[in-house]
Amino acid sequence: MDTGWIDRLAPRLEAALAAVPGTAVQRAADMPVVELPAAHIFDAARTLRDDFGFVMLVDVTAVDWLGREPGRPRFDVVWHLRSLDAAERVRLKTRVDEAAPEVPSLVPLFGSAAFMERECHEMFGIRFAGNADLRPILLYEGFAGHPLRKDYDIHHEQPLVPYRDGVAPPRSRGTP
Amino acid sequence: MNARLPNPVRAAFEPSNEDDGRVIVNIGPSHPATHGTVQIITELDGEKVLRADVHCGYLHRGFEKECEAHTWHNLIPYVDRLNYCSALINDFAYCGAVEQLMGIQITPRTRVLRTLLSEYSRIADHITCIAAGLMELGAMTAFLYLMTLRDYIYEHLADLTGARVTYSYGRIGGLARDLPAGWLQRLDHILSVEFETYVGRIHGLMDRNRIFIDRMRRVGTLTQAQAVSYGCTGPMLRSTGLARDLRRDAPYLAYADLDFDVPTGILGDNYDRYVVRMREMDESVHMIRQCVDLLPAGPINVDDPRCSFPDKGLVYGEIESLINHFKLVIDGPRVPAGETYLAHEGANGELGFYIVSTGEGRPWRVHCRAPSFVHMGATHLMLEGGQLADVVPTFGSVNMIGGECDR
Repeated sequence: MDTGWIDRLAPRLEAALAAVPGTAVQRAADMPVVELPAAHIFDAARTLRDDFGFVMLVDVTAVDWLGREPGRPRFDVVWHLRSLDAAERVRLKTRVDEAAPEVPSLVPLFGSAAFMERECHEMFGIRFAGNADLRPILLYEGFAGHPLRKDYDIHHEQPLVPYRDGVAPPRSRGTP
Repeated sequence: MNARLPNPVRAAFEPSNEDDGRVIVNIGPSHPATHGTVQIITELDGEKVLRADVHCGYLHRGFEKECEAHTWHNLIPYVDRLNYCSALINDFAYCGAVEQLMGIQITPRTRVLRTLLSEYSRIADHITCIAAGLMELGAMTAFLYLMTLRDYIYEHLADLTGARVTYSYGRIGGLARDLPAGWLQRLDHILSVEFETYVGRIHGLMDRNRIFIDRMRRVGTLTQAQAVSYGCTGPMLRSTGLARDLRRDAPYLAYADLDFDVPTGILGDNYDRYVVRMREMDESVHMIRQCVDLLPAGPINVDDPRCSFPDKGLVYGEIESLINHFKLVIDGPRVPAGETYLAHEGANGELGFYIVSTGEGRPWRVHCRAPSFVHMGATHLMLEGGQLADVVPTFGSVNMIGGECDR
């Protein structure tokens, strides 16, 4: 696959986002990666959409780095954007702390953000400030904890339908 | 059991107290008329849908969490079960993402074979979508014709992979096995006889059928601006008239060597989605024939001890291969630390895998960008303003696959 566009795009991104403090643009093998503080995500996404043609938000997710590097903020929140005119992509990343896992919502810019932020919110407990509808989407009302966090035990169960009498929940242990 | 279970979902809107004729109707999650396990809470005025609140997640089984507890190889059967109508595309997208992170170039034969099988799977997926959609409109004959054709394809794929639906056929760095003798001859027969027969009958029955057009035209319309904003890809986006296809825009596998059209619709309604899928099946047949002509001889697995299993004879015969086999099974392939995102054009749209490795045999994080899930976020736009009777056909034309949507 032709990857020359990454080398052409990265300097333009650097120039456009130079005014934002704490911004770093890297050239990964698959697409340029823009890492910046959470407070500037919304403006950066708007710049990418309006000036660079990244009109489609294809993905929102997070990565939990619990216990990997001391002193590192726990979560990476990751957005993938796609341009439809030029077949280019960009990855936006920000680091957020466990104490205040909050990033701005991109719902005013992209309709697709609504559902994907709901999923990221329930799975990781990331708050998307400005998204008024963070109801569970893949999980259910009343689910305790955030299952994709590394400290959520993979064997922990929260059945909505209780087990029948005398049937022990298999391998259920730990708490979220 | 007498105790009432708590309601697993909370509707986005409440019934109004005024006597204005509006009622809330809950559709699904499990009802013979719904297309898959999904719940749609609708606010109706008569039979007109005023608001719709789509809830998915009833097939959620913790795919991404489970991935973190298994080796990179062990995930292949799991990714099969995402979109179980075109499992091979999932296999190849996932393996492609891991290969991208490992810096592996697959062999020329595997490159063409994966392309061929992706297009073959796309045909099976589109058949499923169109067949189910037609059945929901009452066209039982069309459904049975298409299911007959799909079964020929499934049986044919079983000859290759050993399974009808979930194949586990991809391997990191290659494929599970090479084509059996006579497989390509049978493929040619299916495409030129069975496919032409049954799809030809569907064209004859449906394309200019007055009842079908009345039910589908200008129903479930999505504008191009809405489709882009809501992240719609695949036939959903192309039906609005935007010819965007990853196979053309960012060619992967062998797509750069193939000649094919990207069909588009005009209005972005149910009829256009039907036409786009029917046209795409023809393009897939055209691509498969080119792949058969292109198919080079040679090995299917790369010679890389980091991911490829040694020949079974060597495992029993020499200690190095035994250790290599043991380490690959127990520890898993060592994938260099880093992250990557790879998207393939799945049958429903952009199927992406975002994988993060810490250099170990098990992934730190695997995220599947499922087109069905993203499309569910746009479905209320297509339902609102329409008729209650059109909810299920419109929903069917999105081709939401629960395994992939709910992960």
